[in-house]
Amino acid sequence: MSTLSDPQQGSFRLSMLLNDTRYRSATLQVIAAIILAACLFYLYSNLAENLREAGLNIAFDFLGAPAGYDINQTLIDYNSQSSNLRAAMVGILNTLLVAFLACITATVFGVIAGVLRLSNNWLVRKLMAVYVEIFRNIPVLIWIIIIFTIMTAVMPAPSAFRGDDPDSTMLFDLFAFTNRGVYIPGPYFTRGIGGEDGSWINWLLVIATMVAALFGTRAVTARAEAKQAATGVRPNTLWINLAIWFVPIIILLTILGLAWDIPALSGFNFGGGLKIGGPLIALWFALSIYTGAFIAENVRAGILAVSKGQTEAASALGLRPRRVMSLVVLPQALRVIIPPLISQYLNITKNSSLAIAVGYADITATLGGITLNQTGRAIECVLLLMAFYLIISLLISAGMNVYNNAVKLKER
Amino acid sequence: MSDTHAESVAFVRETAIPASEPPATAAGPIKWMRENLFATPANAALTIAAAYVIYLILASTLPWILNGVWNADSLTECREILQGTSGACFAVLVERWPQLLFGFKYPQEEYWRPLTAFILMFVALAPVLFFDLPRKLLIVTALFPFVAYWLIWGGTIWTPIMALLGFVAGYLVYSRFVTRSFALGFFGGVAAAVVVWLIAGFIVPMLAPETPLLEAVPSRDLGGYMLNMMLGLTCVSLSIPLGIALALGRQSSMPLIKYICVVFIEFIRGVPLITLLFVASVMLAYFFPPEATVDLFLRVVIMITMFSSAYIAEVIRGGLAALPKGQYEAADSLGLDYAQAMRLIILPQALKISIPGIVNIAVGLFKDTTLVSVISMFDIVGMIRGPILASTEWNGVYWELLGFACVVFFVVCYSISQYSQWLERRLATDHR
Repeated sequence: MSTLSDPQQGSFRLSMLLNDTRYRSATLQVIAAIILAACLFYLYSNLAENLREAGLNIAFDFLGAPAGYDINQTLIDYNSQSSNLRAAMVGILNTLLVAFLACITATVFGVIAGVLRLSNNWLVRKLMAVYVEIFRNIPVLIWIIIIFTIMTAVMPAPSAFRGDDPDSTMLFDLFAFTNRGVYIPGPYFTRGIGGEDGSWINWLLVIATMVAALFGTRAVTARAEAKQAATGVRPNTLWINLAIWFVPIIILLTILGLAWDIPALSGFNFGGGLKIGGPLIALWFALSIYTGAFIAENVRAGILAVSKGQTEAASALGLRPRRVMSLVVLPQALRVIIPPLISQYLNITKNSSLAIAVGYADITATLGGITLNQTGRAIECVLLLMAFYLIISLLISAGMNVYNNAVKLKER
Repeated sequence: MSDTHAESVAFVRETAIPASEPPATAAGPIKWMRENLFATPANAALTIAAAYVIYLILASTLPWILNGVWNADSLTECREILQGTSGACFAVLVERWPQLLFGFKYPQEEYWRPLTAFILMFVALAPVLFFDLPRKLLIVTALFPFVAYWLIWGGTIWTPIMALLGFVAGYLVYSRFVTRSFALGFFGGVAAAVVVWLIAGFIVPMLAPETPLLEAVPSRDLGGYMLNMMLGLTCVSLSIPLGIALALGRQSSMPLIKYICVVFIEFIRGVPLITLLFVASVMLAYFFPPEATVDLFLRVVIMITMFSSAYIAEVIRGGLAALPKGQYEAADSLGLDYAQAMRLIILPQALKISIPGIVNIAVGLFKDTTLVSVISMFDIVGMIRGPILASTEWNGVYWELLGFACVVFFVVCYSISQYSQWLERRLATDHR
């Protein structure tokens, strides 16, 4: 590097600390360090003094104490005698559940709307533009409240299903939409481990089978590709893949004795089946349509980012439109679409904290809501809450980096 | 030669036939519809499905809106007027209009004050948004924060005047020394402003009259859509300079400063705004001196500003990274120092690239101001969910109120995004 300034002759002067490029960055960093340390010390001393005055101390032992409140929707065993930590775990699982569901449906909505915004059909194009603009420009909190209102104020009460000539009927006799939530048939195993009550090992078995099937089909595809590369003839893998997917799982489910618990009216409410609460549906659906509008714009931008020459070149090679899309346009568009898509997933996860507005028991509502208010441990609860979201964000962005490195253009 | 065909050809036309209209199916609306709506059978099916969806939406909403009742005292009265027919009860908007806009505690006889501030806001924003307007209007922009503060909160006029004096002193010192060294001017200006404010801290309580010209309104009495506008405007305008500083810090070659900025940005971007609002409402008080009571509005402004400045910093960092390296080298070769290069060459271009991103953040932030209803501040959503829907007269008029909230947010956010698109076209200086 060329010298920025000639080494000065003579002795060191104090003004050189700020004016000489050799010392300036060190000076500025020392000043920054002092200011930062002073700020931190100021905040810390205030905190210490405030805590001393209030007779509080920072301690996390409240997590072990009984929570003392009920949660209407839990994925794991929980009752009011469980600890605050367990309530937080219930909240974490609920957060992850709604985030996972909303990510899937938001992607579906977004991809459909994004592709249709590029449709040749004027009416469809405009309709999708209206959808995107309306949902992007209105706060997600309002959407959550609107859908929650539909769920609680517009849906019929369970009593409307009673009688010989009821006001409402169940869809296909399987699904009941009520103002207390949606009831759907719930699967259970009659011959599974742990009897009819079942244990989570059964579901683990099912998931393991599906993962094995996934790897099996990938192996079959890899072999088919190797054969195609060697001989030019691609063996038909469709039936074998279908068999790998379906035969083991059907056998497993038969062995375990899969049965469905159909919801039915009993007393004043529906009994049996799985209940999906109104707050969960409101949050899930609102996050999906809201984020779907953003994903639609990402998808549209991604497809438009693929140069037109690529489509034309592919057509010139004699590819059919469908293969042009799947072999040329989509792989290039995905490279553009996936990074913002993953930030949208991050946004869904963070926006799921709005659950507190409709009373869905996610981590913000349990740890940051009821536990905080009951124990008065504001600092600890908020810190734990932040730590949880921070870990999720870091995990998601780590995943994003892995993906980005995998798909980025391998240039010179 | 010319008449050799005269016998063999019965008729030779000597004038051109006037061009006839294209067939009805190849021109005009029919052609447009064939191309845009019914190109293929699948496309036609899609059109019919879309038209049916539009019909369903309009059929259910139009009668409801057109049949709306605008004058009634309660929902039951609305229902009596409607007599079972479908119709909205917009009377709630008419009756609760001031509450939706100003909250339920702001003194009624003082409504003209936020209204004046609201109108002044347009005058103040105009020269910033449209730079063809006379530059002198920027004086209004500079004075607006102080005037608006005084109008909305009231109290002694000396507080905003002293705050303004601090800025004036800072600017005078800055312009005196900036020619010698940017750092000297900048830090000197900050020091001068701080000195003036410290002195003002002693003087203002002495100057304050017993009965101020405008009655003081405490922050907790602010509410309604006014609160959303105030939070949005304040936080966006505060977070842009902060975001620029953070972005420059993140690009800095000084490791300590760089890591302070990286940690700050990543931390803030990793947590939801709700948790930061919890910090503002339940935790931040612990970090202030015990005797200080910092207003909830101010605490919320601090947290939202931090939140949006982290996002704006990332957008501006993108803009800085997108600038060709030649621009940095050109600035260096001119012999400009860091501050000059940034002010004169790098930042104007980087900010121009980042406009769409910054506007996206601003729109998102404005929408996120509704979250303050979760920490029980009565913004427009808080007003609707709280006092209005809970009142016996209007218990049950969800759609009119929520629809109104949707409309006001849509109007503001959509116009901001349209403005940003106009600005992008306007600033497109690279004719490629």
